[in-house]
Amino acid sequence: MSSDWQAVIGLEVHVQLSTQSKIFSGAATAYGAEPNTQVSFVDAGLPGTLPVANRGAIERAIQFGMAIGAEIAPLSVFARKNYFYPDLPKGYQISQYELPIVVGGSLTTRLDDGREFTVPITRAHLEEDAGKSLHDAFHAATGVDLNRAGTPLLEVVTEPAMHSPEEAVACMKSLHRLVRWLGICDGNMQEGSFRCDANVSVRRRGTEKLGTRAEIKNVNSFRFVEKAIAYEIERQIRAIENGETIVQETRLYDAAANRTRTMRSKEDALDYRYFPDPDLPPLVLVEADFARARSTMPELPDARRGRFVQQLGLTEYDADKLTEERALSDYFEAMLIALPSQTKLCANWVLGELASALNTDQLDIGHSRVDAAALAQLLARVVDSTISGKIAKDVFAAMWAGEGSADAVIDARGLRQITDDGALTAAIDAVVAQFPEQVAKFKAGDEKIFQFLIGQLMKATKGKANPAQLNALLKQRL
Amino acid sequence: MSGLRFADIDGWRAALATDRAAALAEAVRMATASQTELNALITPAPITPIADHVGSGIGDLAGIPYAHKDLFCSEGVRATAGSRMLAEFISPYDATVSARLNAAGAVCIGKANMDEFAMGSSNENSAFGPVRNPWNVERVPGGSSGGSAALVAAGVVPFATGSDTGGSVRQPAAFCGVTGFKPTYGRVSRYGMIAFASSLDQAGVIARHARDCAQVLNVLAGFDPKDATSVERPTEDFVAACARGVRGMRIGVAKELYSAGVRSEVAECTRRALTELEQAGAVLVDIQLPRLPLSVPAYYVIAPAEASSNLARYDGVRYGHRAEHARDLNDLYSRSRSEGFGDEVKRRILVGTFVLSAGYYDAYYLRAQRIRRLIAEDFARAFAKVDVIAGPTTPDVAFTLGEKSNDPLAMYAADINTVAVNLAGLPAMSLPCGFVDDLPVGLQLIGPAWGETQLFAAGHGYQQISDWHQKTPRVLS
Amino acid sequence: MHIEANDLDRLARLARLALTADERSALVSSLDDALSMVSALREVDVNGITPMAHPHDATLRLRADEVTETDRQSALERIAPQMQGGLYLVPKVIE
Repeated sequence: MSSDWQAVIGLEVHVQLSTQSKIFSGAATAYGAEPNTQVSFVDAGLPGTLPVANRGAIERAIQFGMAIGAEIAPLSVFARKNYFYPDLPKGYQISQYELPIVVGGSLTTRLDDGREFTVPITRAHLEEDAGKSLHDAFHAATGVDLNRAGTPLLEVVTEPAMHSPEEAVACMKSLHRLVRWLGICDGNMQEGSFRCDANVSVRRRGTEKLGTRAEIKNVNSFRFVEKAIAYEIERQIRAIENGETIVQETRLYDAAANRTRTMRSKEDALDYRYFPDPDLPPLVLVEADFARARSTMPELPDARRGRFVQQLGLTEYDADKLTEERALSDYFEAMLIALPSQTKLCANWVLGELASALNTDQLDIGHSRVDAAALAQLLARVVDSTISGKIAKDVFAAMWAGEGSADAVIDARGLRQITDDGALTAAIDAVVAQFPEQVAKFKAGDEKIFQFLIGQLMKATKGKANPAQLNALLKQRL
Repeated sequence: MSGLRFADIDGWRAALATDRAAALAEAVRMATASQTELNALITPAPITPIADHVGSGIGDLAGIPYAHKDLFCSEGVRATAGSRMLAEFISPYDATVSARLNAAGAVCIGKANMDEFAMGSSNENSAFGPVRNPWNVERVPGGSSGGSAALVAAGVVPFATGSDTGGSVRQPAAFCGVTGFKPTYGRVSRYGMIAFASSLDQAGVIARHARDCAQVLNVLAGFDPKDATSVERPTEDFVAACARGVRGMRIGVAKELYSAGVRSEVAECTRRALTELEQAGAVLVDIQLPRLPLSVPAYYVIAPAEASSNLARYDGVRYGHRAEHARDLNDLYSRSRSEGFGDEVKRRILVGTFVLSAGYYDAYYLRAQRIRRLIAEDFARAFAKVDVIAGPTTPDVAFTLGEKSNDPLAMYAADINTVAVNLAGLPAMSLPCGFVDDLPVGLQLIGPAWGETQLFAAGHGYQQISDWHQKTPRVLS
Repeated sequence: MHIEANDLDRLARLARLALTADERSALVSSLDDALSMVSALREVDVNGITPMAHPHDATLRLRADEVTETDRQSALERIAPQMQGGLYLVPKVIE
């Protein structure tokens, strides 16, 4: 970007709330069902049908508001947003407009370079999702699947407070992390559970007035959001520098061509004629509703991160990594039940062996082949010197492969550490006898040879010798 | 079986007890025969085979025949809402009202004609042709529940369902000389009742006797989890309330209900009724409803606004009329809707679209909602002093078919005494109280929210001292 | 506010109504009449009055988050003007 220009970016993120049923009907929200098989008569907008709001969706919105330090509106209103589209069965979308459930709050984000910045949140409101229009399924027709119609969404709107694609993506990622942490959204971007629209404008550096913005719709990965915004900033600067005027419009990102283009179906100047939905009286929340939401709210990631550093003595880096995802964090904490004083050891294992095993098998922590209690048992055997840290890695691999608990693997493979002085001394005698030259070199002052001899001893004991004991005995012997 | 024409619910019970099959056959025969003269049914056929009802006798309305306004959905039955848009629409589900009537054993003999989407006061806006008034077939029966009122007035059925958004139960009841009851908003579930204006719509009952309305309301009333505007309240027995009488009851009389537009002979009939009530022990109290004149303009902003949105779902995609050979999506929408909707519906959709549109929302819609509150407050103040409020239901008696069809505004203005009740969400009823030009006049009684019991006490009380509701038009074949 | 032909066209477009020439001229005048009738509202002082969107100032009742519905696809297909492969069909939309 030319340094004469400053980009201004605001995000509108559609967070699909992880309820069992839809926001205004009892139909299921499960992803991937056959077309139109999860559509109640209410969702299809049949004559005479009426919406009834889902408490689960409202509780999730309250929890989100609490997590970002927002004001939860004691009174919010569902309105109708009127427009025609084939995947909008009633000819209006039920959404919150003038009085949303969540107002204000902020989201703190850490960039890759460690810099922290805070994005103020304008609002978050509840609404129903539309269905899906399939434009390529038929030659001359668009097909409409209403399974998604009525799925609860929380639309989170940020202030236009970001100035680069990197900042926008970082903000989006911390929002993604938060909603998954809270358990209010599964965060699955491929399935559309977390969708982002970006409002992008540019202005000359030093000017206050915002430029005309374009809205980039529904980009379904962090990488594409970054590229789409970067493209759009460049496009706008180029246009203005060529004397063109930016028009306020909705644009689609074409990932294959890496460019944005005008969305034709949204060309009409729209007049949504919002008004309070007469089928849904105002949502009034009282202390009992807040208490209920609070009671099922997990400890927030920043609080947990602080506790990990201050109370558990973890490094900032480890604490950061361990609070990226709640399930991982909970896994770590579950290990500490058995090993309360081994915070560093547990952290190393969760972020090291466990993370890499999960990564290799493309599993998320919820599907780990070794649970927290089993891993804690393994580490307990390291702590009590039954096995060495090195052997523990082999045992872990065996556990991961389904060979049973740590103790079972250790016993089956005979991996218990040799701690008996007699046995170790016998091994030392044998090695000293086998390598007289090396022993002589060591005695002549070549200290590096010591490690060679330890290596040979480990080989002879199949790695089971207690390293500290072996060290001491060998030194004594030489 | 003869002698069932004009029978009330108890009369039907007796006949059913004697010969159930014959009584039900007579109900169907009368309904079918009435079609030629009245055209009061859109689907003149029982919604479940009559044979299914012969022999079963369970429920508070077991075997009682009724006509069901064609905006109530019944599973497997056509529900047109009087519109070409839904001429072929077979509902796959039951409205709560339908389900409750089924559970009570009532027998639907057909779906009653109505103004399209309940928009109208004359039944001339039906895509299935106008309904005729049994008292004079050159006259309109009123609307929108015109078919329901005409069938009850003609003595075909002891009761019929209706819906009342701005007077659609009370006004046709008045025009046809029968009793029409509109409950408090939230008393009867709206689920499955095809919407006109959601914050005003309420299901109601038309019968010849107030007490029969109470019997039916006992079945219809009650909380429904499928309607977020349905209200949870303790059950009340409206039939028992009928027996309370009018002694000591304070009846409010507001001069605003006797505005310049009210024909003097009509006003006279209702004043006579009030005098009779006073003689029976009621106390007449002068009250004021200063904002009543604003109810028509407020109503004709709010109702079309909600309707414009409620009727957006009729787009030819999932059900209902779909235009052929559409060039593109907008062509499909525009032609499906234009072919499917009649003139009055289009007019109200356009008015509603206007009052909600950018730049006009505050000046029209929001302002109307503020005035709505003022009107509700007028009633609340009045009900601090009185138990019910009385006045004429309509400014005049039934007019001639075609007389006002080119003058929607004149038709709107005639809603002056009924629409305020819907804006405030109150219960109200219309009772026959005399004749002008050989046509019935209606006395309207309005109650405070949830005050149905005192309305029934007053309405039944009046019918104990009058016989206007016993008058019958010349008997049809 | 007077309704002109172009106002009517804008409203008809928003409401997705295709009007014939006859309908247009009749509607221009009847809409104009209707709006002048309701303009009586504009004379009223409504300062400080909260708009009333619902009778009785009701508040929202919530339901539990439970799946209570089953597959209704075949019932929906029976009343659908055009469905293929379980999908509703409309003329092709170009985004």
